[in-house]
Amino acid sequence: MNGFEDWALTLLVFLPLVGAAVVVAIPRSEEGLIKIAALGFSVATLAVAIGVIADFDFDKGGDIQMEVNKTWISVINANYHLGIDGISLPLLVLSAIIIPLCIIYSWNHFPAPHNPKAFLALMLILETGMIGTFAALDLVLFFVFFEVVLLPMFFMIGVWGGPDREYASIKFFLFTMFGSALMLISFLAVYFLSDPHTFNMLELQQSGALDISRATANLVFAGMFMGFAIKVPMFPFHTWLPDAHTQAPTQGSVILAAVLLKLGTYGFVRIAIPILPGAAHDWAPWIGLLAVIGIIYGALNCLAQTDMKRLIAFSSVAHMGFVMLGIATLTDIGINAAIFGMVAHGLITGMLFFIAGSVKERYHTLEMKRLGGLILQAPRLGWLLGFTCMASLGLPGLAGFWGEFPAILAAYSPAAGLSTEVFRSFMVVAAIGTVLAAAYLLWMLQRVGMGHIPDEWKDHRIADVQTSEWLAWVPLLVMIVVLGVVPAILMGTTDDAVQGIVKVIAAAGK
Amino acid sequence: MIEHAWIIPTILIASFWLILFFGKRLPNKGHEIGIPAVLTTFVMSCVVLFQWVTGDHSSAEPVRASTTWFEIGDVQIRLGVSINGMVAILLFVVTLVSSLVHIFSTQYVKGDRRYTQYFAALSLFTAGMLLMVMADSILLLLFGWETMGLCSFMLIGHWFEEQANSNAALKAFLTTRTGDIGLLVGFSTLFFAAGKTFDIGTINSLAASGLIEHWLLLFAASWMLLAVVGKSAQVPLHIWLPDAMAGPTPVSALIHAATMVVAGIFLVARIFPVFFYGFDIGAGGINPIALIGTITLLVGAAMAFVQQDLKKVLAYSTISQLGYMVAALGVGAWTAALFHLFTHAFFKACLFLGAGSVSEGVHHTFDMRKMGGLRKYMPTTHITFLLATLALAGIAPLSGFWSKDEILNGAYAGGYDFVLILGSVGAFMTATYMGRAYFKTFWGDYKGHGTPHESPKVITVPLVILAFLAVFSGFLNAPGIEKFSEWTEMEVPLVNAAGEPLVSHGETHSTEEGTTTQEHGSTEEHALFDGAAGSAGSAGVTLANLSTSAGASLNADGANGTATSVADSASDVTVRTVSFNNLAAGPELAAEDAEGHDGYFIPPHHKFNTTLAILTSIPALLGIALAIWIWYLGTAPKGVLSRNRFLAWVVHVVDEKFYFDWLAQNLVVKPIKGPIARGCYWFNQHVIDTIVNGIGVFFGRWMAAAASFFDRNVIDGAVNGSAAAVGASGEALRKAQDGHIQRYALFLFASVGLIGLAVLVLS
Repeated sequence: MNGFEDWALTLLVFLPLVGAAVVVAIPRSEEGLIKIAALGFSVATLAVAIGVIADFDFDKGGDIQMEVNKTWISVINANYHLGIDGISLPLLVLSAIIIPLCIIYSWNHFPAPHNPKAFLALMLILETGMIGTFAALDLVLFFVFFEVVLLPMFFMIGVWGGPDREYASIKFFLFTMFGSALMLISFLAVYFLSDPHTFNMLELQQSGALDISRATANLVFAGMFMGFAIKVPMFPFHTWLPDAHTQAPTQGSVILAAVLLKLGTYGFVRIAIPILPGAAHDWAPWIGLLAVIGIIYGALNCLAQTDMKRLIAFSSVAHMGFVMLGIATLTDIGINAAIFGMVAHGLITGMLFFIAGSVKERYHTLEMKRLGGLILQAPRLGWLLGFTCMASLGLPGLAGFWGEFPAILAAYSPAAGLSTEVFRSFMVVAAIGTVLAAAYLLWMLQRVGMGHIPDEWKDHRIADVQTSEWLAWVPLLVMIVVLGVVPAILMGTTDDAVQGIVKVIAAAGK
Repeated sequence: MIEHAWIIPTILIASFWLILFFGKRLPNKGHEIGIPAVLTTFVMSCVVLFQWVTGDHSSAEPVRASTTWFEIGDVQIRLGVSINGMVAILLFVVTLVSSLVHIFSTQYVKGDRRYTQYFAALSLFTAGMLLMVMADSILLLLFGWETMGLCSFMLIGHWFEEQANSNAALKAFLTTRTGDIGLLVGFSTLFFAAGKTFDIGTINSLAASGLIEHWLLLFAASWMLLAVVGKSAQVPLHIWLPDAMAGPTPVSALIHAATMVVAGIFLVARIFPVFFYGFDIGAGGINPIALIGTITLLVGAAMAFVQQDLKKVLAYSTISQLGYMVAALGVGAWTAALFHLFTHAFFKACLFLGAGSVSEGVHHTFDMRKMGGLRKYMPTTHITFLLATLALAGIAPLSGFWSKDEILNGAYAGGYDFVLILGSVGAFMTATYMGRAYFKTFWGDYKGHGTPHESPKVITVPLVILAFLAVFSGFLNAPGIEKFSEWTEMEVPLVNAAGEPLVSHGETHSTEEGTTTQEHGSTEEHALFDGAAGSAGSAGVTLANLSTSAGASLNADGANGTATSVADSASDVTVRTVSFNNLAAGPELAAEDAEGHDGYFIPPHHKFNTTLAILTSIPALLGIALAIWIWYLGTAPKGVLSRNRFLAWVVHVVDEKFYFDWLAQNLVVKPIKGPIARGCYWFNQHVIDTIVNGIGVFFGRWMAAAASFFDRNVIDGAVNGSAAAVGASGEALRKAQDGHIQRYALFLFASVGLIGLAVLVLS
């Protein structure tokens, strides 16, 4: 399979883009063909991703594999540099799985104003951006893919969104742009401060490549922090998220929750921390602080919501708080937990948004006061909501647990040099957050799933889960259970690479 | 079988999934999977218990089977089970009660619309309990623990159409989950304190050997105590348990007799060294476990008096009995706590199922005001209920007598006089309120509607089996038999700093002497390893030295020591620990037995004390007598409670459940859900977003001005061109563009970039 390794990642990144071009080329009247083409390309991408998994050497998860490094913009020494290790692989595969599922889900229910052609093309472009971000090993390339993601999502929200879509999409766009700009400055700073000048992430991680004072490093880190923290999103830069989620079409919400937020956390793990480990040390307590504030603050906001989708959106703030807490500990357990948390949150919250979308389609509202008795009226949908809520609140045996508990565990003993007292306080606060998580999720389940069927809907026939929904959801449900029971699938993949990062951090701590 | 005991919970997990997927399509809606599954696990559990008892296992190493779950760096997290006497006994109890509950349920929830889900949840619930019991790591224990939380949510909220029921389910889940904060924090602490392992054996050994600093043990134990308080319904987190009666009655029998609520007790018992040294149990005086247990046993008993609902009486009685178990652990009476857990499972399951049978008989009510005289209509239910009541009241020689006596005896021997006295008061109250419930239900005239009828065999046979055990199971630990103590004996091998056992099994005394002298140096080392190691540290050291001459003199001291002298020497940890060993063996055996125990931590268990047994039986008998006087003879003066202003106030406070529910609702739940959450959201929408929008508008204006300097066509052309390439609907797109958003963005990007660059250059 030597040949495969050379072009696998390139194919994986650009196949969806080719798909988008094909979809655009098909006349709008050929709706069936458009759908089939879109699904075909996304499934082909997934097949390549599976090929990548098969070819990936899991014993060397810490090494960069399937590396491609070609000169791209020679003036600034920016290369077309792709490669994956144990950290990027799961997220890359997650992206490749989510898009076909979203396309299947879309099959019969495209949001208004319909136009499947544009919708599907945007989705495929998104996929290129996401996969490219996870595979890029060059800062310029990373930045380009990072930004490629922005536009399609902007249009998805702005065109296919709810009544307040303009405000939401502009907010999303400007917020992210703002962060991106600062991030780019930091990337440029890294380039000019490194010797020799380079955008190569791997070279920049070598100690000595970036010989700068701690103060400068902290400033450079600040730029990256803004770029990534807005994307995560961390408190207090999160306000774009509830608006974007609430207004976005179901598929947009799913992709946003499942993959887009992870671009931010991935950025911390892949770029900010390994390149600037010293600054990461200085920043860690503050990141941890914002993370636990996010956990509690997000949860409390959830409790104040009356709209199901907005509640789920705020829950993302809380859940990503656990991920960031794990990262902030700068330990192997914490970072492994963070990556597990990213994947788990992607599966679980993606699933929650799917269910919310299906509820909205059936009842034409997500106002929880008007809902109730879902388990009676559409038992399967109701029980799925229950199951997903349980997964989301971190029940052991389901995927969410492995993102949550190990992050709390890691906070007990953060990396050398970080204050244990501070992080143990974070640990306790995060543990309190798990109770609040249970509170808002079960409260939602009670409002939506339990109780009598409200009079308003007594005479309506509410369809239970349909075939296209099953097809889109079963893979997610299976993964939630399997990862919950056999965490080694993910832990074993990420651990080697995480150990590498922890070594870099430890070296900087000396 | 015992080597493959992991199959037991696996069967039930499989049963859960099978019922979930296929139950609806089967003729019996799923119980044809659930019942055989649980019966199979019962048989297997019997085999395991039999093997443990007959094999070379009593007072020996646990039987373990485990595999690697996952690895992080060089830390290996293992997934495995560990069977010792305590575990084997609990397997037997849990699967037995669960089997009977399964069978009982086929009648009780017959025709229910969620019959299938009900049986699926029963399977998973039992699996959760077994998983927790068998777990060899606190991580897997957490799995079982939380699985039970999930299933209790499902089962308590089984009839979720009524909001009261789903509220009860939420209350149960959230209250116990509040306690679980302690589990997350405590387990994290133990994980690192024990050198990055969740393994219970290692944690126990290190804690018992003084290799974990005392303050860490105290920290972990305090947090875990919170979890115990939540799960085992101790004051003030007991509030969920009475509400949990909203679930079907067989579920109450399962949750409140053999599973879930005893999880907290089990946790303390399972990692007892952590609590023992963390809280300095054995030092006499007051420690939080004993205190909380004692308060709970009184508070629960008091509230049981004012209930009109038969199930609620049993619910508060459960709280009270759990208080006894916790108090027993708090005074160091490990075996007694476990023994009471054992007997309580039978008589309380019998009472709950009896109440269910009564409700079937009187056409679905638990209101005792609508009962009365049922002994004539329901003879089997009556007799079994009476026997279980007497067992709970602690009347000799029924099972409750033996176990309760052991607890009080333990309190006495440990120097915990307040537990002894208040526990006796509790025994009096128990006998009285159970007498009240019994007489109101089964004597007098029938006050309900229709004619009550005896329940069918599916219901009465489980009752008879449980009543039989309620009567006779206590003899298992009666003086002269003491099989229970022998089977469950907990031996935690002490280790040195390198993790090697000080004494390996089967070694003779002479070789021990050699090794322990060698260990002497290393044990001193770890006593030095931190000043904070404190008392726990020195205990480990002296135990290691026991086989030397110093040990011999200590033995003599302990052998002569009475319970009071143990309490007196509370400050001296060494003597305390040693004398516990001697008490366990009895004075005449001390010399010989102490040798066998060298190098082990063994929770104390105390010799039967005839005088004490007679003395503590008096309150129970008085309680019964009082109940007869008031509720059977009816000759007691009436209206005393309402005439006396103080007593009336007391009754009022008890009626209001000591305001615990009110406080939880008004000080915690409502503020968080109301003002705090809404305040946060207000802050989010009005403060953060105002700032964000303000910045947006500021930049927007600035950029609009800047934009006018630029050639519109160039930029617009470029942006619109890219938008068109996307192929989106032109009409809709133009709408979304609103005010040339892309151009703004471009300028935002440029300006932020410039500012950032300036900052960087200037620095």
